[in-house]
Amino acid sequence: MGISRRSALKVMAAATATMVGTALSTHETQAAAVVPRPDAVGMLYDATRCIGCKACMVACNEANNVTPDTRASGGLWDMPVDLNEHAKNIIKVYRDPGTGEQSFVKRQCMHCVDPACVAACMFGAMKKGEKGIVSYNPDLCIGCRYCQMGCPFNVPKFEWSKAIPKIVKCELCRHRIQGPACCEVCPVGAVIYGKRTDLLADAHQRLAQYPGRYVPKVYGEHEVGGTQVLYLAHVNFDKLGLPAYGNKPVPWRVEMIQGTIYKGFVVPVALYGLLAAVMLRNRDKSDSAKSKEGQP
Amino acid sequence: MNEYERPQPLGGALFTRPVITLAVFAGIAGMLIVWRFIVGLGASTALNDGYPWGLWIAFDVVTGTALSCGGYSIALLVYILNRGKYHALIRPALVTSAFGYTIAGLSVVIDVGRPWIAYQLPFFWEWNVHSVLLEVALCIMTYTIVLWLELSPAFLEEARISSYAMFRRIGDFWLPVAEKSLPWLAALGMLLPTMHQSSLGSLMLLSGPRLHPLWKTSLLPLLFLLSCIAMGFGAVVIEGALSTKFLGRKPETDMLAGVGFAMLPLLGLYLGIRLIDLAVRGQFAALFAFDLYSVMSLIELALFAAAGVMLATDRLRRDAGNLFRAAMLLVLAGALYRFDVFLVAFRPGPNWSYFPSVTEILVTSGLVAGEIAGYIVLIKLFPIMAGEPQTAAA
Repeated sequence: MGISRRSALKVMAAATATMVGTALSTHETQAAAVVPRPDAVGMLYDATRCIGCKACMVACNEANNVTPDTRASGGLWDMPVDLNEHAKNIIKVYRDPGTGEQSFVKRQCMHCVDPACVAACMFGAMKKGEKGIVSYNPDLCIGCRYCQMGCPFNVPKFEWSKAIPKIVKCELCRHRIQGPACCEVCPVGAVIYGKRTDLLADAHQRLAQYPGRYVPKVYGEHEVGGTQVLYLAHVNFDKLGLPAYGNKPVPWRVEMIQGTIYKGFVVPVALYGLLAAVMLRNRDKSDSAKSKEGQP
Repeated sequence: MNEYERPQPLGGALFTRPVITLAVFAGIAGMLIVWRFIVGLGASTALNDGYPWGLWIAFDVVTGTALSCGGYSIALLVYILNRGKYHALIRPALVTSAFGYTIAGLSVVIDVGRPWIAYQLPFFWEWNVHSVLLEVALCIMTYTIVLWLELSPAFLEEARISSYAMFRRIGDFWLPVAEKSLPWLAALGMLLPTMHQSSLGSLMLLSGPRLHPLWKTSLLPLLFLLSCIAMGFGAVVIEGALSTKFLGRKPETDMLAGVGFAMLPLLGLYLGIRLIDLAVRGQFAALFAFDLYSVMSLIELALFAAAGVMLATDRLRRDAGNLFRAAMLLVLAGALYRFDVFLVAFRPGPNWSYFPSVTEILVTSGLVAGEIAGYIVLIKLFPIMAGEPQTAAA
């Protein structure tokens, strides 16, 4: 009787060992490097240049047909407190009352090089599309909000107020030939649009040219595998809501583990075959036992 | 299997007071579900952009399906280890599993914002094969169907002796088919939970950067799998104890004590992996920081360990009261672990908070009430419980 049972247990032990092994080995090894696609576009936001005029927020609403969020202003003017179903783009202010340190920060989708929301999405409503823009297609969206669970920057927002809701997020004005409305309207060039490679070069040049002015780092160059929206600032980025994330893309760990277990679906199919064999064997045995006892 | 052990319908009145009470709760939930679809999720739930997943996912789906792993848990032992003597446990366990998974599926439909997009499911070329959620969704859907098919002999046996000729014909024709395909179904019934119960853990790996380090480990899938087997066993013990108390069934302590032995290596493995993982990742200091996260982790670990101690010896396992209490601890431990990973460890930022709304709580409890009512009705109508002289019925 032992063989099939023993082999079944063996396979289960092997499967467990594979899982533990993968999990442990993925802890330290390097992630396969993700490279931004050559045509990747993005934005460069320079917090030292921003004057907080919020013209970009108005332009964004207009370009994307977003109804203004007037909940905090008694129904009078657009006044979102954070990114939400009425705000794909927002200017926030950070101020330390002790030191008087202060900075504006513009928040919108970061257009990650390897985005968690795209990895999460069941039917590909979130897609890394043309020019690396992370786009959203409501026709494929089931409204599960797993993209919100995955996004390390809390960017995708859900239309909680609607019976037929969608996800709301910046798509880099992919419907406009001129590029993002926010970049077009910014009066001081605090946010500019362009190819990621050009923006990155520009950012590094600014860092070199004004060494005392900036925190010496381009946020988004490496964080979570790189983002297509890049930031320069004079205060620590985590104070602006841009945490000190590692350089591995967010989906990397889960794809490594699931990818190993489900590679080519070999393990599940083999396990099924084995389980079915054990089942059939058990039944034959109990059948023959029954007939020995003289039962039908 | 002799005649005495063959499952039989319990019979008796269907619409007793407990069933009607439970049905009222289910009815309230039903009305609230309609309301939720009219007003949207914002007005009916406490969910928000920081906590987009709440009670319906953390309890109904993630905890509920683990509690419904009784069928899986017992089947693993009965079929793989071929302990035929535990066969009588299978059908009742399958019924709870089938109801639990059906409710989880229903909860998903209520929770998602655009459920009609599910029509996309058959178009496999549209699938994002990297999506863990897709794997979980497909697996849970298939498994729910498999569970009802595994139960189909119970319905067909009853159809065969029905007073309606049409039912008799259906029963006569389909019962042999169902019995023939049972080994193939049972194999699927073991493969699918192995896949999706572990993947429920993998789901939260994607929230990695915002997950508290005490729970943020690549071993989440393995820990979810191990704990769901323990929870499934716990649920079967509790269910058995309740049938003994309320339905006057003969206690199955002997059988359950036997299965309980398997919990020892399982709990040992779970606790060992958890602690070694924390040590390897250098999180012992965080474990004893005595903040919210450390206290929650310690409670989880203590619950698992206490259940292990209570099941340590054969004598303890054969003590029905002790077995029941240990089972409660197992279920609580696994449920807490799941709530912690999905709600406590998940930290979207300081400006966000979540506590389920009254609607969410009433819908969840109404669905559970409906499940219990369905269970009672089903065991009265169909041969689920191993036959024995019935005494009283609720």
